[in-house]
Amino acid sequence: MSGARKLLIFGGVTLAAIGMLYGLYYAVFVEHQTLDSIGGSLDASFVHAAEGRLPEAHEAIDTYAAVKYDYVRQVDVHSHWIGLAMLMIVLGVAFDRVRFSERIRFWIAVAFLAGSVGFPLGVILRTVNRGGVFPSALAVGGSALVIMALLAAAIGFARQMRPKL
Amino acid sequence: MASGEIPSTAVATFGRMSARRLLILGGIALVAGGMFLGDIFAVFFLHQNGRLQGEALIAATRAVAAQNPTAMKDIFAHLGGILEDRGTKVDAHVHMIDAGYLALLFALLQPFVALSAPGKKLLAVFFITGGVLLPVGIFLIHYVGLAYSPFSVIGWASIVADSAGALLVVALLGEAWGLWNYARGRGGTAEIDSPHENSWSRRILLSGGTVLVLLGFLHGAWYAAADLYRHEEQEATILHVMIDEAAAKNLPGIANQVTNLGNLAGEKAVNIAAHSHIIEFGLLAILLSFIQPYVSLSENWRRRWVKVLLMGSIILPLFVLLELKFGLVAGGIADFGGLMVIIALIGMLVGVLRYSGTLDAPSGDAR
Repeated sequence: MSGARKLLIFGGVTLAAIGMLYGLYYAVFVEHQTLDSIGGSLDASFVHAAEGRLPEAHEAIDTYAAVKYDYVRQVDVHSHWIGLAMLMIVLGVAFDRVRFSERIRFWIAVAFLAGSVGFPLGVILRTVNRGGVFPSALAVGGSALVIMALLAAAIGFARQMRPKL
Repeated sequence: MASGEIPSTAVATFGRMSARRLLILGGIALVAGGMFLGDIFAVFFLHQNGRLQGEALIAATRAVAAQNPTAMKDIFAHLGGILEDRGTKVDAHVHMIDAGYLALLFALLQPFVALSAPGKKLLAVFFITGGVLLPVGIFLIHYVGLAYSPFSVIGWASIVADSAGALLVVALLGEAWGLWNYARGRGGTAEIDSPHENSWSRRILLSGGTVLVLLGFLHGAWYAAADLYRHEEQEATILHVMIDEAAAKNLPGIANQVTNLGNLAGEKAVNIAAHSHIIEFGLLAILLSFIQPYVSLSENWRRRWVKVLLMGSIILPLFVLLELKFGLVAGGIADFGGLMVIIALIGMLVGVLRYSGTLDAPSGDAR
C-alpha cells in the first residue's frame, strides 16, 4: 500500500474515531442540556411576553440565539469530521487511480488530511473565541485545502480517462 | 469486463452469502430504501409539517397578545410534537442511507479485514440487521411514544433504535479489530482484493463522484461565507420583532413575521439539503464505481444506469436550491431527480443479483 493510501485510509479511520468520540461526549454530557436551553429560552421568551415582561422576553431570545449558534457548530463539527473521514477512506481505496506521480499523490493526501482536521477545528474554536482571527483563518484555510485536494483528485481521476500514450 | 463474465477471483471475493456479497446487496438496498423514504417524506409530509409549525407559532403569538401564559405550555408541547414528527422522519431517512454507505464502504475494505470468513459474515449480518432496525425504530418513536414501556422516558421504539445502534457499534468494532489485525501483519485470513477493471462506467463514476463532492464543498463554502451568519442574525431579529408585535396585539404584523420566519427556515433548509445531498451522491457514485465489476449487465445498460444516476445526482440538489425561486414545480423536478437515482440504484442492484445468480448456478464453473 502506497504512503498516500495509508495516510488517507488510516488518517480517515482515526479522524472518524475522533469525530465519533467527540459526538458521544457531546451527546452524553452537553447536548441534552443545550437542547433544553434552546427550547426553554424560546418558550420563556413567549411566556415573558405574555406576562408583559418585554425586556426579559428579548433577553431570552438573545440566549436562544447564542446557545443555538454554539449548538449548530458543535453538530457541524461532529458530522463534518465523520463525513470527511469517510471521504478520505473511500478516496484512499481508489487513490492509485489518481494519475499523478506518487510524490504529488502523497502531498494531495497530506493536504486532504490537514484540511479535514483543520476546517472543523476552526469552526469549533469559533464557539470559544467568537470573531477571532485564528479560528476563522483555520476554518477558511482548512476548507480551502480540502477543496484544492479534491480538485487535484478530480483532475487525477479525469486523467485516467485519457488513453496512455 | 463483458457481461456475464466471471473473473477468476470471483469466488474468493464474492462467494455465496459471503460478507462482501451481503454488504454490497444490503448496502445498495439500504441506500435505495432510505432515498425512497426521503422522496415520500418530501412529497407528502414536508410542506404540511411546515404549515403546522407556522400555525403553532401564530397560536403562540396570539396567546402573547391575549396575555395568557398558561396556554403557552400546551402550544409549545404541541410544537414539540410537530418538530419530533419531522425530526424522526428526517433521521430515519438519513440513518438508513448512511448505514448503506457504511455497508458499501466495509464491502470495499473486506480484503483488509483480517478475520475468519464466518466472523466476517457474522459482522456483516449484524451490520445489515442494525442498519435496517435503526431507521425503523427511529421512524416509530413518534407513533409508539411511551406505550407499554417499562421506562418513564424511553419508549419501545427508542429501545429498538438504541439496540440496533449497539449492534452497529459491535459490527464497527469488529471490523476495526480486523483492520487492526491486518495493519499488524496478521493478514493471513484476509480475502483477496476485488476484481480490477477499467470500464467507462467505473471511471466516470469515480471522476463524476469526485466532481459532485467538490461542487458540494464549493457550495458549502459559499453558503458559510455569504449566508450562514446573515441567516442566524435574521432569525433572532424576526423573533424580537414577533414578540414586540405580539405584545402590541398587532395580528397582521405577527402573521407577517411568522411568514418571514417560515421563509428563512425554508431558505436555510434548501441550502443545507442541497449541500449535503450533492456530497452524499458524490460519495455514493465513488462507492458504486468499486462495485461495477459485480454488476452483471451489458456495458450499454451499465452506462445507462450510470448516466441516470449522475443526472439525478445533479438534478435533485440543483432543483432543491431552485425551490426558493420556482416553488413546487422545482420541488417536483427535484423529487424526480431523487427517483432517477433510486431507479439507477435498483438497476445496479439487479445487475449484482444477476452476477450472484450466475456465480451460484449449479452449472457455473465458478462454484
